Amino acid sequence: MTRYASVLDLIGNTPVVDASALSPNPNVKIWVKLEGRNPAGSVKDRVAYSLIRAAEADGRLTPGQPGQTLIEPSSGNTGIALAMVCRMRGYHLKVVLPSNVSPERRQLLEVWGAEIIDSPGSEGSNGAVRMAQKLAAENPSWVFLYQYANPANPLAHYTTTGPEILADIPEVTHFVAGLGTSGTLMGVGRFLKENVPGVKIWAIEPPSGEMVDGLRSLEDGYIPPVFTDNDGANLLDRRVVVRPRESLEWVRKMAEIGLFVGISSGAIMAGAVKCAATIPEGEEAHIVTIACDDGWKYLSTGAWTDDLDEVVERAKRIIYF
Amino acid sequence: MAITVRIPTVLRPAAGGQAVITGTGSTIGEILGAIAAEHPGVQHQLFNADGSLHKFLNVYINDDDVRYLGGLNAPVADGDEVTLLPAVAGGAA
Repeated sequence: MTRYASVLDLIGNTPVVDASALSPNPNVKIWVKLEGRNPAGSVKDRVAYSLIRAAEADGRLTPGQPGQTLIEPSSGNTGIALAMVCRMRGYHLKVVLPSNVSPERRQLLEVWGAEIIDSPGSEGSNGAVRMAQKLAAENPSWVFLYQYANPANPLAHYTTTGPEILADIPEVTHFVAGLGTSGTLMGVGRFLKENVPGVKIWAIEPPSGEMVDGLRSLEDGYIPPVFTDNDGANLLDRRVVVRPRESLEWVRKMAEIGLFVGISSGAIMAGAVKCAATIPEGEEAHIVTIACDDGWKYLSTGAWTDDLDEVVERAKRIIYF
Repeated sequence: MAITVRIPTVLRPAAGGQAVITGTGSTIGEILGAIAAEHPGVQHQLFNADGSLHKFLNVYINDDDVRYLGGLNAPVADGDEVTLLPAVAGGAA
């Protein structure tokens, strides 16, 4: 099918490519689902469309009715995806964005007319969430979809990403993805656990807690309600931190096999390779991973071309996950 | 060889101000217990009242989350690096 009535119909049904050339274990296949193929460029298109449709279904939003405003914290991709959907539906979107995201993320928000509210970069996504919660409370007429707590976030993955993975790679034994809102891991993880006996779910995260210096005490910590509501502690089988250097090394290795993907996808591939290394000799496995977006939004970081030490230092100062 | 424990900024004031300390013990529970014994002010930041790991504290052995490796019983060996990190909203959003 090559003709579509709407750009929104292009969301999902992304291709999966064999990246086993990067596997350290000849019996372990690594498959990468290319979410950068979504129309606004990331896995978050699925989430944004799902959040908006849920709000329209329950009457919080009405397409075409003037004067409707949404507010959402985002380090980039959800904001960009929401901006596209909101532009098409006629809603005004305010995105609370940490000041230290890559400039391309900011530019893309502007392409679709989103209003950007800066939150302190030193507070990372935590600070953006806090500021959005405060602004939403002060402005009750604004619609706050709150992806970190909205069941429509994991539901998008439970109903689309998960079934697509199972249809394309029915042999899947492991699913490895990044942990942010936890929507991908909770939605796909739950779907696969219900349908594939013995499947293992691995979460990959950046050392976010190291980068955030605005915390006054541990009580300022944050666990996304999507994670707790879905019993994430029991759904996941393993949770691994991948640091900026390793993420960048793997994003470069992925480019060597033709995959031009974002920096978080390098982190997730690093995690998939660690996962592959745990499979006992002689045992076969099929690891499915997600490349959340393509590399375009990170060209300004010099991730592929500049001196690695310099890029690592730069990457520590921006939010790329 | 020794066990290195990395202390996040938010816990340093209560843990003697150091960023890195040497851990003693063969499990995560023993290592954190020893830190709390030396710096009583950090006890309630490492553990919940029932003695379980504080809900907003993530602990990693060589970057692997201990909650999936046996929790406080997760074994730690000489040469391992233990990292304590506050739970915060991840990027990805």
